[in-house]
Amino acid sequence: MTRSMEHWLRVPHTAFCPGCGHGILLGALVRAVDELAIERKNLLFVSGIGCAAWIPSPNIEVDTLHTVHGRAVAYATGAKLANPKLTVIVVSGDGDLSSIGGNHLIHGARRNIDMTVICANNQIYGMTGGQTASTTPVGACTATDPEGSQYRPFDLCALVNAAGAAYAARWPVSAPRRLIASLKTAIQTEGFSFVEAISPCPTQFGRRNRLDDVTALYDQMQSLCITRQEAETLSKQQRLERFVIGEFNDD
Amino acid sequence: MSTKSERLILMGNQAAAEGALKAGCSFYAGYPITPSSEIMEMLARRLPKQGGVFIQMEDELASLAAVIGAAWTGAKAMTATSGPGLSLMMEGLGYAAITETPCVIIDIQRAGPATGQATRVGSGDLLQARYGSHGDYCPIALSPWSVQEMYDLTIRAFNLSERFRVPAFVLAEEAVGHLRETVRLHDEIALVERNREVGPPPFGHDQQDGVPPMPAFGDGANLMVTGSTHDEWGYRKVESPEQHARLVERINRKVLDHEAEIAEVDAHFLDDAQVAVVTYGFCGRSALAAVKALRAQNLRVGMLRLKTIWPFPDQAVRALGKSVRHILVPEMNLGQLVGQVRERVRCEVTQLNQVNGEVIVPADIEARLREIIS
Ligand SMILES: Cc1ncc(C[n+]2csc(CCOP(=O)(O)OP(=O)(O)O)c2C)c(N)n1
Ligand SMILES: [Mg+2]
Repeated sequence: MTRSMEHWLRVPHTAFCPGCGHGILLGALVRAVDELAIERKNLLFVSGIGCAAWIPSPNIEVDTLHTVHGRAVAYATGAKLANPKLTVIVVSGDGDLSSIGGNHLIHGARRNIDMTVICANNQIYGMTGGQTASTTPVGACTATDPEGSQYRPFDLCALVNAAGAAYAARWPVSAPRRLIASLKTAIQTEGFSFVEAISPCPTQFGRRNRLDDVTALYDQMQSLCITRQEAETLSKQQRLERFVIGEFNDD
Repeated sequence: MSTKSERLILMGNQAAAEGALKAGCSFYAGYPITPSSEIMEMLARRLPKQGGVFIQMEDELASLAAVIGAAWTGAKAMTATSGPGLSLMMEGLGYAAITETPCVIIDIQRAGPATGQATRVGSGDLLQARYGSHGDYCPIALSPWSVQEMYDLTIRAFNLSERFRVPAFVLAEEAVGHLRETVRLHDEIALVERNREVGPPPFGHDQQDGVPPMPAFGDGANLMVTGSTHDEWGYRKVESPEQHARLVERINRKVLDHEAEIAEVDAHFLDDAQVAVVTYGFCGRSALAAVKALRAQNLRVGMLRLKTIWPFPDQAVRALGKSVRHILVPEMNLGQLVGQVRERVRCEVTQLNQVNGEVIVPADIEARLREIIS
C-alpha cells in the first residue's frame, strides 16, 4: 500500500541534479515523518548551507529554518530549548555539519538535547563546486585536491557516538527501507540522534573520480557498503575506505 | 511611566540583567567573556527560576545562533559579550538582520583589537556593530552612561527590537558595566510585544512602517526562514535583482526612516552654548563634569549626549551644528563616531581620543574645551 507524499511538499520539483541522492533522502524523510504521524504544526526542520541544506527548505511544507553555513545544530538547540514541544530535525551536508560545523555537532551530541540530525554525506562540497570535505576519502579527486585527498575522512557515526549521541545509524540512500526505519527510530529516540545517509553526488564527485555514469556511481557506493560484522575483520585503515552500515547505538 | 519602584545599589552588568528580566527576556545563550560575564552569571541563576532558559554555548557563533533559533519560537532572547565575542557574532548579526529576527546583544566593550586588554575600557565596537557584518543592514544600538541606563536601555533595546524586528545592541563600556551605583527598578513599564499574526506574508513589503508580522515556529504558519535573499513568503530569490534590492532597502529603511522614534539624546546647557561636547556612554560623565566646571566660570559650553548610537541621531546633531560654533567629540577609540558628526555639521569639529585602556578624565576634556574657547 502506498500513500501519496505530495501533501508534504511545498514546490513541484527540487533543484537537485539528475542522479543526486539528496532527493531520495527527501523522499525517505517525508515518509518517515508521515508514518510517525507527528503533528505538522510542531515539526521544525533546520538546515545549514549547501545542496543538502535545501532538502527541507523550501521543499517540505512545515516550519523551516535555513541558517548559515555550519551552525544548524546551534540554531536548532535554541529553538528546541525555547519550545520543547517542537520536534526538531536538522538536515544538512557533510561539509556543513562536520567541517565548518564540527564543533556544534559534537557539542550537540554531548548535550544530548532531544533532536535528530541527518547528514546527507556525499563526501564532497557539492554546492560550491566539488572541493574537499572532512569526509572525502583518501585518494578521491576534488577541485582542491586534484591529485587526490591526503587526509583521513571522519567516521561521523563514531564521532557523534564518542561525543555522547543517543543513537547513530548509517545507510546508503539506495537502502530506502532501512533508511526510513532508522529515521523513524532517530526521531523517536529521546536525545541527540544522528543518521548519516550516504548520498552520491554525480556532478561533483562522480565526474572527478571516473564515475560519470550514475549507475556506476551507485554500484560503487553499494559495493563499498559492509556490515558491522564484516567490518570487524578489517583494520581501522581499511574500514575508512568502506561504508560500515547499520545502527550504532549499542555501546 | 512608572509608579512603583525599588531602589538598589547594583553593578551595571547586574542592572542590565534586571532590565532584561523586566523586559520579558525568557532565553539567554552565551559564552563567558570579561567584562560581560556578570550578566550571564546572573541570568544563569535567575532565568530558570522563572521558567526561562539559560544555556552556555560552545562559542559566540553558536550563542547568537541559539538566540535567533529561540527568537523564532516567540521568545524574547538575548546574549551578552565583549569585543572578541562580538567579532564572532558578526555572522549571526547579518543573519538576524536579513531574517528580521528580534534579539538583544549586550556588548560590554573592552580595549581591542583582538584580545587587547580584557579588563580595561574602550569604545571600539561602535563601527563593528554598525558595519561589521557584510552587506547593508542597520541595527539599533543604545549607549548607557549609568547603572540606571543599563537597566532602562536594556528594556528599551528589547522593546525596539520587537517593534522593528531587528537586532538591538546595548553598547556599554567596561566602566559602565562594572560601575556600582543606585538604580531604580521600575514596577510598571510599557513592554512591546511581537505581532505574531498568521496569514500575512512574514517578510512582506506592504506594511507602512516596513515591519511585517512575525509568527513563531509552532504557530502553524509553515514558515520559511532563510538568510538568502527571499520574497515576502520566504522563498529564496537568489538571482533576482528586484527582490534583492527590495529586501535590502526595506530592512534598512524600516530603521533609518524611524530615526525620530528611535534616536534619543540628552542635552545639557545647550540653550546658549557656543561650544558643545558631543558624547556617548561613560565619556558623557567626564564631559558633564568638565562642562559644569566651565559653566561655573560663566563659559558658554554645553553637551549633547547620544543615548542612541544607531541609527545615528541625525536631527539632533544637525540642529546642534547650527547653534554652536565648535563641537568637541571625545572618544575612547581613535575616532569612531566623530566622522558621523562631521558629516552632518558645518561648524568646526575637534576630536579628543584616548586608547590607553582608561577612561577619559574630566580634566582632559576641560583643558581641550578651554583651548577651543580661547
Ligand atoms: C561561512 C561560509 N563559508 C563558505 C561558504 C560557501 N559554501 C556554501 S555551501 C558549502 C559546502 C557545502 O557542502 P556540504 O555541506 O557537504 O553540502 P552539499 O552541497 O555537498 O550537499 C560552502 C563551502 C558559505 N556559504 N559560508
Ligand atoms: Mg557534501
